[in-house]
Amino acid sequence: MNTSGVIAQLLEVALALAGAPLLLGWVDQWRARLQNRKAPPVIQPYHVLRKLFHKESVVADSASPLFRIAPYVKFGCMTLACAIVPTLSSDLPLATAADGIALVGLFALARTFLALAAMDIGTAFGGMGARRDMLIGFLAEPALLMTLFCVSLLTQSTSLANMVETINHRPFALEPSLAFAGIAFTIVSLAENTRIPVDNPATHLELTMIHEAMVLEYSGRHLAMLEWAAALKLFAYSCIGLALFFPWGIAEIDTPLAMVTAVPVLVLKLAVGGVCLALIETISAKMRIFRVPEFLATAFLLAVIGLLVHQLLGA
Amino acid sequence: MHALLEQSINLYAAILLIVSFGMISQRRILSLVHLYTAQGITLVLATLTVGGLTHQPELFVSAGLTLALKVVVIPVGLHRIIDRMNVRWDVEPLLNIPMTMLIGIVLVVFSFNLAMPIARLSTSIARATLGIALACVLLSFMMMIVRAKAIPQVIGFLAMENGLFFAATAATNGMPMIVELGIALDVLVGVLILSVFMFQIREQFDSLDIRHLEQLRDDGRDAG
Repeated sequence: MNTSGVIAQLLEVALALAGAPLLLGWVDQWRARLQNRKAPPVIQPYHVLRKLFHKESVVADSASPLFRIAPYVKFGCMTLACAIVPTLSSDLPLATAADGIALVGLFALARTFLALAAMDIGTAFGGMGARRDMLIGFLAEPALLMTLFCVSLLTQSTSLANMVETINHRPFALEPSLAFAGIAFTIVSLAENTRIPVDNPATHLELTMIHEAMVLEYSGRHLAMLEWAAALKLFAYSCIGLALFFPWGIAEIDTPLAMVTAVPVLVLKLAVGGVCLALIETISAKMRIFRVPEFLATAFLLAVIGLLVHQLLGA
Repeated sequence: MHALLEQSINLYAAILLIVSFGMISQRRILSLVHLYTAQGITLVLATLTVGGLTHQPELFVSAGLTLALKVVVIPVGLHRIIDRMNVRWDVEPLLNIPMTMLIGIVLVVFSFNLAMPIARLSTSIARATLGIALACVLLSFMMMIVRAKAIPQVIGFLAMENGLFFAATAATNGMPMIVELGIALDVLVGVLILSVFMFQIREQFDSLDIRHLEQLRDDGRDAG
């Protein structure tokens, strides 16, 4: 462990914590613009967080301690995930703590806690949301793992930092298997971040909501933590996607000064990615919940075909 | 640049495979026609790239032919038929879609295995993509089997021809010109005949569901 590594790590976490709501605001703004609505300001999520932190937190009488700690667990998991994903530099002391597979496990841990907390109070909506979220998670996780394995086969490593370095150092080549993995990853991240074809983050219509149904009982600072964690999750997923498929411009162990240019590059990549996300959300309609397994099965199959294509063309 | 062009053939092959899977998973007829057009465009690009790399002017001619026929004439014709018959609604597959896609994966594994030893004998630059071409043919073939309506079956037939065309380009750097012209004409005539059939089927049964054709025999037996 060296000083520049520690600095890079701290900088990355700080950037994730501060920038995640901004990314959410950016996506919301573009979505409103594309749908011919009056766009909220980019900093709207910060206003929401500030408002929620100043409000009193009301907890139901029947709530167990699990209900209180779940927001903090989820927030912690997402912060750690953002720390593991190489966004600015691939020289991260924490990156050795968890590879891609453990990262998927980290997301699963957060999901489990939130689902348990949603069922804790015993309201019908919480249970329904938790069930649906677990259904989506159980279908999305294998697809996400297969996507990671697609890149792993190419780079001979499951550690995200190593993957980024290997892809950066090999001569530029068109990899068809990455095209499959990229589409699969897009589908999985739409489902995991409760974006439009699967779930609408803006809705509070009882029968269609998934994520909102689970956090319905939360208020005040607990809700603020959960909202912030959701923004961090979107940030983490965007950064995983960028690290796997567009890893250029990330600093490395022997070039810590490249972080100076890595920040604007990352911001640019995230801005373009955010517009693409808003575009996808605008042109697609929310699907019925029973179509979601089909949607995610498609992602899994594409990732598997990616592996097969790598075997065929790489041989 | 040369290496990048060579790799781009593999990329086009991968896109063809993605489009084939998209066709299987698609429920709407209009989207099927759009996917077919996308497949045609990819095919044109792949043929142009192979032609440019191997310096074969015939391939440019066949790319032009593909562009005219599979990107312009046939999709426009299909759009007209869909408009006139007013059949934009959902396609109902005989098998549910996740099941179809699982079978599709098995087909892909099968054709990749089959093509690997064959590809080793070939010397063309795009020999590795033979497996993908074979997979596209089999997937389109399966689409013809699992769809109940006439138009998706026709699109399946056309997509199968696309797969064959790509296999020929990939494995042998293109067929002789006369064969190519013959096939292009065959496809065009095939579509014309099939569209006449579609109109006939609809006039007889007020629907494009070819399962009605099975009942015809029973009716005949009852009458006789």
